[in-house]
Amino acid sequence: MNIFLWGVLPYIMVVILVGGSIWRYKFDQFGWTTRSSQLYESKLLRIGSPVFHFGLLAVIAGHVFGLLIPKTWTEAVGMTEDIYHFNALFVGTIAGVGTLGGIVLLIYRRRKTGPVFMATTKNDKLMYVVLVAAIVFGLWTTLASVFWPVHDMTYRDTVSPWFRSLFIFQPDIAAMAMAPTSFHIHTLVGMLLFIAWPFTRLVHAFTAPMHYLFRPYIVYRSRGRGASVAPRDGWSEVGTRDRDTSKR
Amino acid sequence: MRVMAQMGMVMNLDKCIGCHTCSVTCKQAWTNRAGVEYVWFNNVETRPGQGYPRRYEDQEKWKGGWELNKRGRLKLKAGGRVKKLFGLFANPIQPELKDYYEPWTYDYKTLVDAPLGDDFPVARPKSLITGQDTKITWSANWDDNLGGTAEMGHLDPIVEKLRRESEDKIKFEFEQTFMFYLPRICEHCLNPSCMASCPSGAIYKRVEDGIVLVDQDQCRGWRQCMTGCPYKKIYFNHKTGKAEKCTFCYPRIEVGLPTVCSETCVGRLRYLGLFLYDADAVTAAASVTDPQDLYQSQMDVLLDPNDPAVIKAAREQGIQEDWIEAAQKSPVYALTKVYKVALPLHPEYRTMPMVWYIPPLSPVVDLLRDQGHDAEDKDVLFGAIDALRIPVEYLAELFTAGDTDLVTGVLQKLAAMRAYMRGISLGNDPDESIPAAVGMDGATMYEMYRLMAIAKYDERYVIPKAHAEQAHDLEEMGCSLDFDGGPGMASMGMSPFGEASGRPTPVALETFNALKDRQTSDSVAGADTLRGRVNLLNWDGNGAPAGLFPQQHPTEPPAEGLAGSVEGGRS
Repeated sequence: MNIFLWGVLPYIMVVILVGGSIWRYKFDQFGWTTRSSQLYESKLLRIGSPVFHFGLLAVIAGHVFGLLIPKTWTEAVGMTEDIYHFNALFVGTIAGVGTLGGIVLLIYRRRKTGPVFMATTKNDKLMYVVLVAAIVFGLWTTLASVFWPVHDMTYRDTVSPWFRSLFIFQPDIAAMAMAPTSFHIHTLVGMLLFIAWPFTRLVHAFTAPMHYLFRPYIVYRSRGRGASVAPRDGWSEVGTRDRDTSKR
Repeated sequence: MRVMAQMGMVMNLDKCIGCHTCSVTCKQAWTNRAGVEYVWFNNVETRPGQGYPRRYEDQEKWKGGWELNKRGRLKLKAGGRVKKLFGLFANPIQPELKDYYEPWTYDYKTLVDAPLGDDFPVARPKSLITGQDTKITWSANWDDNLGGTAEMGHLDPIVEKLRRESEDKIKFEFEQTFMFYLPRICEHCLNPSCMASCPSGAIYKRVEDGIVLVDQDQCRGWRQCMTGCPYKKIYFNHKTGKAEKCTFCYPRIEVGLPTVCSETCVGRLRYLGLFLYDADAVTAAASVTDPQDLYQSQMDVLLDPNDPAVIKAAREQGIQEDWIEAAQKSPVYALTKVYKVALPLHPEYRTMPMVWYIPPLSPVVDLLRDQGHDAEDKDVLFGAIDALRIPVEYLAELFTAGDTDLVTGVLQKLAAMRAYMRGISLGNDPDESIPAAVGMDGATMYEMYRLMAIAKYDERYVIPKAHAEQAHDLEEMGCSLDFDGGPGMASMGMSPFGEASGRPTPVALETFNALKDRQTSDSVAGADTLRGRVNLLNWDGNGAPAGLFPQQHPTEPPAEGLAGSVEGGRS
């Protein structure tokens, strides 16, 4: 079981994440969008969305820092275990709570604003469950390590080495198996999220428009060939149906 | 000098009767889908009025277009690139649906399904957004014909500004008010701020004809373009999550047909044609310090298509001979640069808009007539244009960034044309002092009259066809055969699985053939030229046109028995 979860599943996840994203990018450019609902409702979104997104960016940065940088490196620059943990927990908790608060506000808005709720697909709902679960269990691992510290068993000795070992195709399954259950759950939910990623609206993150900083303002493009040829395949049909107006 | 071609439009506002035919036909052609119910690529506003979306001209609120920074360089009013990226997660300034209006339909089904009773069944309005019962409180032209203006007229941003700046009050008492219609489409600007705002780079300007389009595959729905466009002519499709905008009916333009709004315009007030412009000069022209100089700098970017140097440069840029010729015959060039009667809408946004307007003389003329004056006498009109300052100031805020002299000059030309042509129609000798008074000569004024009053279809719309052969020639010889008799249509109906199978016919070619058939046929239905297809909507019930029933075997004669039975059924 450990071999499958920590030695095989990560690679399956990567294959699905990368392959699925490439497939969707080729097959469904038209469906590749943020599907913003700001047109319907702006007030709550303008609080919830930035809090969530910036919080998430901080969380991602924290994961990169915690998982990729070996303990020996931080110790080499004179950062003691306690300082490191205080920083990680302090910053990590703020980021995590912000992210959670943001998404709770966004989900509340999504449920309570009629048009936004109507524009929510089943795919979205499923995605929200997995996303929230990943955030909640992530926060749980952080808080658990504050209130029930297992000092000889921090993630920097278990999860991180395993994570790094994945890249050299020699997964350190034993290290990961030693990690507390809360880390197991968070990692599994995270992998589930990444498996679902290419097939949800989350793909918009992969086309974050950083090139906007460098491109010229005015874009010229030739009419070229195929300019007026019918659209390619996509997920949504060309004519979308009207909203159901039979409700009273 | 980098010469580029630009499709442009001129609208003669004196002729607009506010019938909304352009809006309706445009909607039928482009935005009659779910997700864009609230979208009007073409809308007609009554001015004074708030416009659509409401108060879109208030750029202190909406931050559309460009402004100059401290160093005198162009900068997006909503902020630079970094600021835009930080606002990516929730656009700080984005119009909401309530700024446009909540689209609705009516519950017509109740009219049919209601059980028998004492009360008349009523078709209640239903929101197309929530599907629930709704109360209609606003629409794209709610203040049509000054409806509600006595109460809400002050909300027009231009009225607001004029009232702030001058002691005169714009009057909304009916006997003193003025109004005119302003049809608006995307301006297909030379310096579009929507394009500059798009983080994905999905909005582009076509090199060949300058039409601004949104790449639907590349758009990621970041919505910055909605903020960037000062005319608020980029819309968000809330079903697909992508931006959509006026396409200048490019599939029609490519085959030499006018846009739907122009084609269906009852007043025939729209002119279509080419501009040649210097693409290298655009940024400098849009950066002049005084907004009132923007009209002139925009005019200077447009090049004279009869100038040998321009022609030579155009050829070097690969512009084809028929396009250069079309630019020389262009009615929009004549109205803007030769007669100088067309003005850009809000040049102060610094986007270099390419839809131009001939300002309406009618508020002045109507008022004079109502007061018992001879409204076509030159001296009366000239005097009145100056005296009736408010309409002129209002027009100046719309078209010249507030330069009233410019608007007065144009209105005087229009007034002079009326007076001059009245003299001729009455059989008098042409009074050459009239054109001279506005700096024109009699011959030019007569030409202008011809173009503005009696120009025919092919004089109003001078649209060179796109050079598709350049794109297609090298690729597939088989494909180019389809272009012979009727492009693309040769394969129609020949596919083994019916006409819907196989590679779809490019939309432009299909439109072209359908329209050509309709326009060139003698009968209403055009049954004899439908190339084997019968449109039952056009069938008048007389007989059975060939092709009504499929031939069962190519070798046998058509199914006459069936056709006969149809006729028999009628008698």
